[in-house]
Amino acid sequence: NLNLRHTHNCIWASLVSQLETDIDDRYGDLDSRTDSDIPEIPPSLDRTPEILKKALSGLSSRWKNWWIRGILTLTMISLFFLIIYMGSFMLMLLVLSIQVKCFHEIITIGYRVYHSYDLPWFRTLSWYFLLCVNYFFYGETVADYFATFVQREEQLQFLIRYHRFISFALYLAGFCMFVLSLVKKHYRLQFYMFAWTHVTLLITVTQSHLVIQNLFEGMIWFLVPISSVICNDIAAYIFGFFFGRTPLIKLSPKKTWEGFIGGFFSTVIFGFIAAYLLSKYQYFVCPVEYRSDVNSFVTECEPSELFQLQSYSLPPFLKAVLRRESVSMYPFQIHSIALSTFASLIGPFGGFFASGFKRAFKIKDFANTIPGHGGIMDRFDCQYLMATFVHVYITSFIRGPNPSKVLQQLLVLQPEQQLNIYKTLKTHLIEKGILQPTLKV
Amino acid sequence: RPGGRERAVAHTSPGEESESEAKADGETASDSESRVEAATLPPSADDTPEVLNRALSNLSSRWKNWWVRGILTLAMIAFFFIIIYLGPMVLMMIVMCVQIKCFHEIITIGYNVYHSYDLPWFRTLSWYFLLCVNYFFYGETVTDYFFTLVQREEPLRILSKYHRFISFTLYLTGFCMFVLSLVKKHYRLQFYMFGWTHVTLLIVVTQSHLVIHNLFEGMIWFIVPISCVICNDIMAYMFGFFFGRTPLIKLSPKKTWEGFIGGFFATVVFGLLLSYVMSGYRCFVCPVEYNNDTNSFTVDCEPSGLFRLQEYNIPGVIQSIIGWKTVRMYPFQIHSIALSTFASLIGPFGGFFASGFKRAFKIKDFANTIPGHGGIMDRFDCQYLMATFVNVYIASFIRGPNPSKLVQQFLTLRPDQQLHIFNTLKSHLTDKGMLTAATEDK
Repeated sequence: NLNLRHTHNCIWASLVSQLETDIDDRYGDLDSRTDSDIPEIPPSLDRTPEILKKALSGLSSRWKNWWIRGILTLTMISLFFLIIYMGSFMLMLLVLSIQVKCFHEIITIGYRVYHSYDLPWFRTLSWYFLLCVNYFFYGETVADYFATFVQREEQLQFLIRYHRFISFALYLAGFCMFVLSLVKKHYRLQFYMFAWTHVTLLITVTQSHLVIQNLFEGMIWFLVPISSVICNDIAAYIFGFFFGRTPLIKLSPKKTWEGFIGGFFSTVIFGFIAAYLLSKYQYFVCPVEYRSDVNSFVTECEPSELFQLQSYSLPPFLKAVLRRESVSMYPFQIHSIALSTFASLIGPFGGFFASGFKRAFKIKDFANTIPGHGGIMDRFDCQYLMATFVHVYITSFIRGPNPSKVLQQLLVLQPEQQLNIYKTLKTHLIEKGILQPTLKV
Repeated sequence: RPGGRERAVAHTSPGEESESEAKADGETASDSESRVEAATLPPSADDTPEVLNRALSNLSSRWKNWWVRGILTLAMIAFFFIIIYLGPMVLMMIVMCVQIKCFHEIITIGYNVYHSYDLPWFRTLSWYFLLCVNYFFYGETVTDYFFTLVQREEPLRILSKYHRFISFTLYLTGFCMFVLSLVKKHYRLQFYMFGWTHVTLLIVVTQSHLVIHNLFEGMIWFIVPISCVICNDIMAYMFGFFFGRTPLIKLSPKKTWEGFIGGFFATVVFGLLLSYVMSGYRCFVCPVEYNNDTNSFTVDCEPSGLFRLQEYNIPGVIQSIIGWKTVRMYPFQIHSIALSTFASLIGPFGGFFASGFKRAFKIKDFANTIPGHGGIMDRFDCQYLMATFVNVYIASFIRGPNPSKLVQQFLTLRPDQQLHIFNTLKSHLTDKGMLTAATEDK
């Protein structure tokens, strides 16, 4: 009897695991530390009724899982609010640490996939390239936004002027070190890790800098997109849990069409309301500037038209529904619809990409940093596309070029060119009536 | 079988000697020809005496190899001159073709390595991404350099204003197609090819656009670096052939320290001479501009200070040797020393990288396009670092930002920002003494 039951359990367990996960291979041949998680059946949304039946027998472990996820979610959200309260500088530091952690997670996966942890020099080189690329991006940012601060210091001037050359020289040094470190038996591995590092840098570092650029535009451009993605995650999960029936994509068996569409509508509404609430406060709406007198970041300004209430006359069918002639809202709320739409429709593709990546390399989570959730990368996989989209959106539709950058480039030109430009600008400004022609006595 | 199980560690070491280099199992059928050719001992610099002994026995095949290489080299150089004569537009098209061919070669290697030629959608996606990235870069170039043309035509103006958004949308479409094309048994392969495509795009496409930017700065900035790299290749080979004794690096057993150092000095001298010769001609020295009236590219301008002869005092040390007090040269020649130095010292690392890549993936050549030489990528592997270096060099030391682009950006700012910038510029110019009440009046 015991033998039969044991066999029966084994068959049942393997069948269930195949049904549940529905992927090509079993987990765990690369990642021994997550083996302990695998036998436990994760709650899958489109099989809720059977799960409920099993829940009676496995109640404690499943609820424990839920409780852990729930508590951690609330903790992360509160941490988020706390950091927002502490200001832009802390936010920048947070973005930087997340970027470093994501980079570390992905590189560690690479080491494990290729068993290349002991490659000579490779760990050093990866961190070195991370430093180089960060130096390049931060240098570009600092030069733009801290123009006043930079003008004062002579050494900083030199660093800014030759910034690209210095960054390139640093990168080249790393490249030459890589070539010199090629070891006969490990050529292919080393090339793989080199490419892995570069693709990771492309994904994590560039996007984190786009996030910081969005932040400098105004904290609302940082908060609304991120919260839209988080809201879409949570709303899609809840809608899927209650109404989920038709699976969305084979990559992520837990996602359903009902969750997808429900999440879309809730996110648009959420974004709309969040935009309305946040647009009132100068703290969120104003571009972040560095004031040299107080030596800190300030967000004080005259809010642009985007953040001033305007009256919109409603189209006739909405008039009948809401029984109002017009509604006053912020123009930014219309932009927030675009942002939320992207977050719900295209953002999930980032999640599918990460799921495909985890399937491809047979890992369950990127890391084990957050209990119940996985690694930092698991939380941020949808955010990356969002950050790029917001940045492209801002540069295309909202603001033109950065004035301090234009000024900085002007000051770098040759004096004759500056004089020519000065004359052109003067003519233009006088034509437009911005500048009054001065009368010479 | 899941092709993702790569043959991770090379069990057969490619070996120090060029003989075992020939035995590396060529992945592609096209490699079999070159393997046969390689079976006859290629002249390796540090084995010259023994090779000469054996040459008597295989004279015809070895000399045939030499002749083939030599003729093709001359043909390529002649082709290069013809293209220069034909002008910037043809040069741009040639750069574009070279870029597409290099991309194709590297992607084909990826297919062969991973046996992934039949992956669903993947060939389409690779070419689509190439198109996207090229569209993005060409759009930026056209917007910068053809500003007046773009402003005239309404559809072009809209395309350039929302250029980044359109490019991003196109890229996203490709990304979503990739995600939707993931097939259960081929996840890892597909991710590998995705990564492979992106790294190839990063290397090939960005650098080719930097080459075009350099070209627009003046054809001399395109010709001198490329010729320095070619000269370094040839000179290092010759010095290595005649004097080569100590090997340079295990990756490329044919390179020697004597070749390296000899090539360095020869390239610097070559660069000096070439820039002297070229700086005299306007068609090489002037920035390429698009003329609205004639609707074509013109290279006509007043040569900048870099390309005007100046007197330099020779330091005492060299004075005694040459016997001249001063020498007239172009300031550009001093820059050419920097360019030649880079071409000889760091450029070869691009070649070592490509050699390591070929060892890693056990291929002899990137492709078989050019008989005796291999693929296009084999000829251009050293050029890539050079193009980036020249671009960074120009941006840092030669010219600042593009003034017309700055004016264009200025005009899109808000009036209060414009006023602020104008006033800052005014005070800056006044401080420098460029602006006085008298010039204001004018």
